Amino acid sequence: MSSVAVTQSATIDRETSGVFVAEQMWPIRWQLYLMFIALAVGGWMGLGQALERVGVTMESFAGLESYYQGLSIHGVTLALVLTFSFANSLLSLLTIEGFKRPLASTMLLQGSFWFMAAGLGLAAVILLMNQATVLFTFYTPMEANPLFYLAAVFLVVSTWLTLANLVWTYRQWRADNPDERIPLPAYLTLTTYIMWGLASIGIAVEVVVFVLPWSLGIWDSTDPQLNRIFFWFTGHAIVYFWLLPAYVSWYMLIPRQVGARLFSDGLTRLTFLLFLLFSVPTGLHHQYTDPGISGAMKSIHLVLTFVIFFPSLITAFSIMAVLESAGRKAGGKGLFGWIPALPWGNPSVNAQLLAMLVFTLGGATGLINASMTVNLVVHNTAFIPGHFHLTVGTAVALTIMGVCYWMVPYLSGKKLFQPKLALAQGWLWAIGVLTFSRGQISGGLESMPRRTAIGQAAYELPGWELSNWLTAIGGVTMAVSGALFFLVIVGTLFLSKEPTEHTEIPITGEPLHGPRESWTKLDRLGMWTVVAAVLIIFAYLPTLIAYLPAAFNSPGVKVW
Amino acid sequence: MKIDYYEKVFLILGVVMLFSGLGAILISVVGAGAMVPTPAGRVAPGEVRQTAPFDNPGVREISPGKYEAVIVAQIWSFTPNEIRVPAGSEVTFRVASADVIHGFFIENTQINAMIIPGQITEVEQTFDEAGEYLLICHEYCGIGHHNMWGRVVVE
Repeated sequence: MSSVAVTQSATIDRETSGVFVAEQMWPIRWQLYLMFIALAVGGWMGLGQALERVGVTMESFAGLESYYQGLSIHGVTLALVLTFSFANSLLSLLTIEGFKRPLASTMLLQGSFWFMAAGLGLAAVILLMNQATVLFTFYTPMEANPLFYLAAVFLVVSTWLTLANLVWTYRQWRADNPDERIPLPAYLTLTTYIMWGLASIGIAVEVVVFVLPWSLGIWDSTDPQLNRIFFWFTGHAIVYFWLLPAYVSWYMLIPRQVGARLFSDGLTRLTFLLFLLFSVPTGLHHQYTDPGISGAMKSIHLVLTFVIFFPSLITAFSIMAVLESAGRKAGGKGLFGWIPALPWGNPSVNAQLLAMLVFTLGGATGLINASMTVNLVVHNTAFIPGHFHLTVGTAVALTIMGVCYWMVPYLSGKKLFQPKLALAQGWLWAIGVLTFSRGQISGGLESMPRRTAIGQAAYELPGWELSNWLTAIGGVTMAVSGALFFLVIVGTLFLSKEPTEHTEIPITGEPLHGPRESWTKLDRLGMWTVVAAVLIIFAYLPTLIAYLPAAFNSPGVKVW
Repeated sequence: MKIDYYEKVFLILGVVMLFSGLGAILISVVGAGAMVPTPAGRVAPGEVRQTAPFDNPGVREISPGKYEAVIVAQIWSFTPNEIRVPAGSEVTFRVASADVIHGFFIENTQINAMIIPGQITEVEQTFDEAGEYLLICHEYCGIGHHNMWGRVVVE
């Protein structure tokens, strides 16, 4: 494979270049198929949860044992499998495209698929057997079947194999191109995965050192506060591992899809570098209300959380600059005339524009949660699911669907089935999630707890009825949108007869301000990884030292 | 590195916005006394019911107008599940879990805390207005989670 001729500027002929090889394309395609399974199952559970608020029980809706069993399935399939498999699939593809060479190891790529499949299968069996109704956060000392934790390990290992593959490919490419700038798409995929590599250390330690041996009976008891610290070490940065693949699409693909150029190479690299540096040392902001952590450490993480908001502000500018220049080129006039001039008729663009629009609210509500004292009003209330269905539930999920509208045709060679349905799908999702989140957010502000079977709760406050109905109506609308998505995808795969026009990846060309104008040190990924690790140590070591000695005095309990 | 004029302005405004936000949080702590829970001691979940003050849960007046409410959280109830204090009282809640993680959330107050096995949660609130305040466990704690609640009655 190292004999492949490396062409930096020439367009690639898929058939003859040897860049896209069949043994590497099937795992990329099949990761997407796993993602569809996760989305279908998780989405079905989501519908049940929305309906629970207006009197339909999860028992009657899906034959499950409880609302919480459905919620556990919803979280694992969507927060872990959907997001991981999409990242593995799209970012592997864009790394190949970026470096113009196959990935270093076909075995690692296929291994990533098999681990994802095994993790999904194992988790599904255990969850459906009601052996792991612990939600996707699996806070100890609630104790699930050990195989559930093993399934989580498989899912993370799947992403690690992709990480190893991307880094290995980079090193091969670097050996052949000692003086080149890292191609922008590859820079974005690499920083995303290196960030996740550092971030996932927390959950790896939690599961491998503490939770798995404890669930196997090797340790009698565990320390829930310590486990939570390790969980949230990963648990905030994971949201960037969900979000950054969507950003990769917005930066690298959307400009070409709307007919404009990306604004700045340097600021794009800087954005992803800031995510690499600051994603992890922010985790304690999920633990503002934990008793075992000092106010000083919480405050440090508060400031760092505000720092990590900055690259999203750069993104807001860069992407809006792309969209405005595209809209004006297409004839849009006046202050806002460029907005209707955008290619809203393209289902892939339509879904992603709506995802971006909804994300502005998601970002704003996120800043509220991050604000330590304001968080006292909203922590663990329905405000939080209201927030994250705007972010991961739409900025990410709707972008994933938008990407599928070119990626599934590209990978299958078949024309998108019924593009008009795909357009309607995007709009329905946006309307649905705004209704849903309006319901959850107002419920949260009126003290409605999250992760609670509200329809069966022993208490109720005024205002909750409206919140419940908005949640249910929004959830049903999102479910209809999800059904349309599957109709389009299944139709494309099985009913579409014509060949697609998506014969290449819509990767954007050189930005307006290209790599020659950007700081070359941005490409020193090894050095930046070390800097990120040092920052993490500064942010977490004092917390851990202050916490120690740990108190392993909580025996496991099965509470469902 | 080339950064355009408009981009520079946008980013500077963004930084100003973020610093204003941090400033507002600082004011809420220093000026308004909003506090998050901080370490207040430890107690093993298996020994909660034998360890003072949790061996004798309930409300006590510790000095005029100041009360201590000692509460044990377990699946799926608070002991006691009703706290009665006169209006104007300053109440310190000391809470510990005897089993899994629970939540401790009182509507229309700044009380919002986690109850984590092994840790003691300590939070304070002055109740100026008479009325009933719903107390909710707002962390999933098992199949009966939605039945775990109580109330603070301010008379």
